[in-house]
Amino acid sequence: MRIPLSYSLRNLWARRLTTALTTGGLALVVFVFATVLMLEQGLRSTLVATGAFDNVLIIRRSATTEVQSGVDRAQAGVVESQPEVALGSDGKPLLSKEVLVLISLPKRGNGSPSNVVIRGVGERGLLLRPQIHIIAGRDFRAGRSEIVVGRSIRERFEGTGIGQKLRFGLRDWTIVGVFDAGGSGFDSEIWGDADQMIQAFRRTMYSSIVLRLNDPSAFEALKQRLESDPRLTVEAKREKIFYEEQSEVLARFIRYLGIALSVIFSVGAVIGAMITMYASVAARTAEIGTLRALGFQRASILSAFLTEALLLGAVGGAIGTALASTMQFFTVSTVNWQSFSELAFSFDLTPGIVAAAMTFALAMGLVGGVLPAAQAARMKIVDALRAR
Amino acid sequence: MLLKLILRNALRHRLRTALTMLGIFVAILAFGLLSTVIDAWYSGANTASSSRLVTRNAISLVFPLPTTYREKLRQVEGVTGVAGANWFGGVYINPKNFFPQFAVDPVPYFALYPEYRIPEEQFRDFLLDRKGAVVGRKLANSYGWKVGDVVPLRGTIYAGNWDFVIRAIYDGSDAKVDTSQFFFHWDYLNETVKKMFPRRANTVGVYVLGVADPDRAAEISQSIDAQFRNSLAETLTETEKAFQLSFVAMVETLVVAIRVVSYLVIFIIMAVMANTMAMSARERLSEYATLKALGFKSWSIGGLIVGESLAIAIVGGLLGALATFPVAAQFGALVGSLFPVFQVSGDTVVKQLVCAVIVGLVAALVPAVRSAHVQIAAGLRAVA
Repeated sequence: MRIPLSYSLRNLWARRLTTALTTGGLALVVFVFATVLMLEQGLRSTLVATGAFDNVLIIRRSATTEVQSGVDRAQAGVVESQPEVALGSDGKPLLSKEVLVLISLPKRGNGSPSNVVIRGVGERGLLLRPQIHIIAGRDFRAGRSEIVVGRSIRERFEGTGIGQKLRFGLRDWTIVGVFDAGGSGFDSEIWGDADQMIQAFRRTMYSSIVLRLNDPSAFEALKQRLESDPRLTVEAKREKIFYEEQSEVLARFIRYLGIALSVIFSVGAVIGAMITMYASVAARTAEIGTLRALGFQRASILSAFLTEALLLGAVGGAIGTALASTMQFFTVSTVNWQSFSELAFSFDLTPGIVAAAMTFALAMGLVGGVLPAAQAARMKIVDALRAR
Repeated sequence: MLLKLILRNALRHRLRTALTMLGIFVAILAFGLLSTVIDAWYSGANTASSSRLVTRNAISLVFPLPTTYREKLRQVEGVTGVAGANWFGGVYINPKNFFPQFAVDPVPYFALYPEYRIPEEQFRDFLLDRKGAVVGRKLANSYGWKVGDVVPLRGTIYAGNWDFVIRAIYDGSDAKVDTSQFFFHWDYLNETVKKMFPRRANTVGVYVLGVADPDRAAEISQSIDAQFRNSLAETLTETEKAFQLSFVAMVETLVVAIRVVSYLVIFIIMAVMANTMAMSARERLSEYATLKALGFKSWSIGGLIVGESLAIAIVGGLLGALATFPVAAQFGALVGSLFPVFQVSGDTVVKQLVCAVIVGLVAALVPAVRSAHVQIAAGLRAVA
């Protein structure tokens, strides 16, 4: 015969203070656990959303970021003439030769400088990234010292409003618009005309070339031909893969730190659950004896106490996850070590993370409750009944 | 008398006391480790000398400065030494083996950094070998390098395969000095770059300057930046400390997050401890009523609970603080060159103990007040 669920529920309610403190501890651990997972997920989805699967990025061989890379005009011309490059409606190749530089700008609030990506793009730059829309002002015009800024830049850096000017490369650049890149990494960039940038920074090379494939499956053939061409010293990558790799180190750091913290913290919370459950068993020894004398099996006692522990975990998990879900309203920005530039991303709650957090909470409850429940189930009826 | 009671009470539920202590032990240990991680982040800034300035390109660190600035900087009044340094960013076998590599002007550079101790004959060998390199003790140990070993690096900024011969190993003048760096001749870098990428030759990443009088650092910085204003490469000169702090500021969000989390763990354990004390106090309510009936004052009842809580917290906290040292040493060895300096500071230990005491006090607060105010008649009738 089973002991009804209400028995476990009422026991938790009878010791409200203890229950609240224990679930509070569990909830904090789950909060940390879920928050870290959300942060990692947010970082990944930001950078994954940045690249498109049928776009190819060409950078100099063995460069790991666009900033390090350099592709000269002759090489760019060779890449442009490949048959795999898709053509636009006007018959010109869908390809953008880009220049990337980092400048340091003061952050809003504390004024401390951080690195920002300035991307000079070709005419097709916007066409190749359909996720980008101008949300205020207008697009920059080719041949002028005009720039447009990403949404996150507008929010986080000083002096980046429409009509304001930024000075770099011995020129004043007028901000003429703000763009939204749908939560991708481009939101943390400033865009302008590639040829103007090349002149201003006195460079002879582009940093990278982005092109659209006319057939997504043609990538391998293109990569093979470009990388074995003796005139070229370039490497071709799918844009999506490139940006995934950019997030790798930071994502791994966040994940390891989060797992290490969660494991250490869970020890504290498990101990809390264990103390509560031991006390709960000790205080109810006579009750347990009575239940056994009434004919309840050891297994029923065991499952009643385990249920109680799991309930503690479930309540803690629910509170922790609910707390963590409020973090979705915040945005984090930090320098991505691999690209050495500022990147804004948010906390991303997915069903998978909710499931992981709840599983973690239940596991903590279970681990904390299993020993006390076993103790309760092992009691001899006579001894238990005699206890005060 | 009270002390004896406190100890006896603490030992009544051995399992519960042991579990609580273990919880505090883990929490204080975790707190100590996290503080040490934060300290490690700031270590570069803390060891920076106030008599060194760093001049870099005002646009950002990615842009270099011309090599002609070397002489111009040397002529600035108050500057005692100038050394160029380029970030090399090479990969040793696998990108995971990260350590900082710089191409430097060896003689002036090491004169500016007297805290890097190099045996004289090794330094002479290094100067004579164009492909020579100086590596830190910690770095050498982690890859098992000896003087005379060849280290191949794959350039990411300066493409190609580069071979260096270790000619000297430096030690720090004290434990806080970063000995995980790799230095080689700027001339060697420049000559090779001249052949391979002529347009990128004759550039320097940053200039490190020595100043005779640290109090004039701000004034000298301004005069340098004024000299190069409106040139092709405008400069930004700041103290070495400010330069290092600008790196920490970039990952500020992460540092803040770690700090918040390190206090969260204290909160978690506070909840656990408060729970323990509340349970113990509730179970002993009738005893406290008896004590009161015998004539004990309210404050001594409260003192009993606070004392017990403090005793458990302090023992757990002390053990945790002690364990931080070996665990941090292990952790430091594990992450290797990620954190060049990984040392538990005295400050951290003090914070750990203060946290333990606060946990003990706060946890006992509610139960102590409640038990101290127990009505004798009601308390005597109470059942746990």
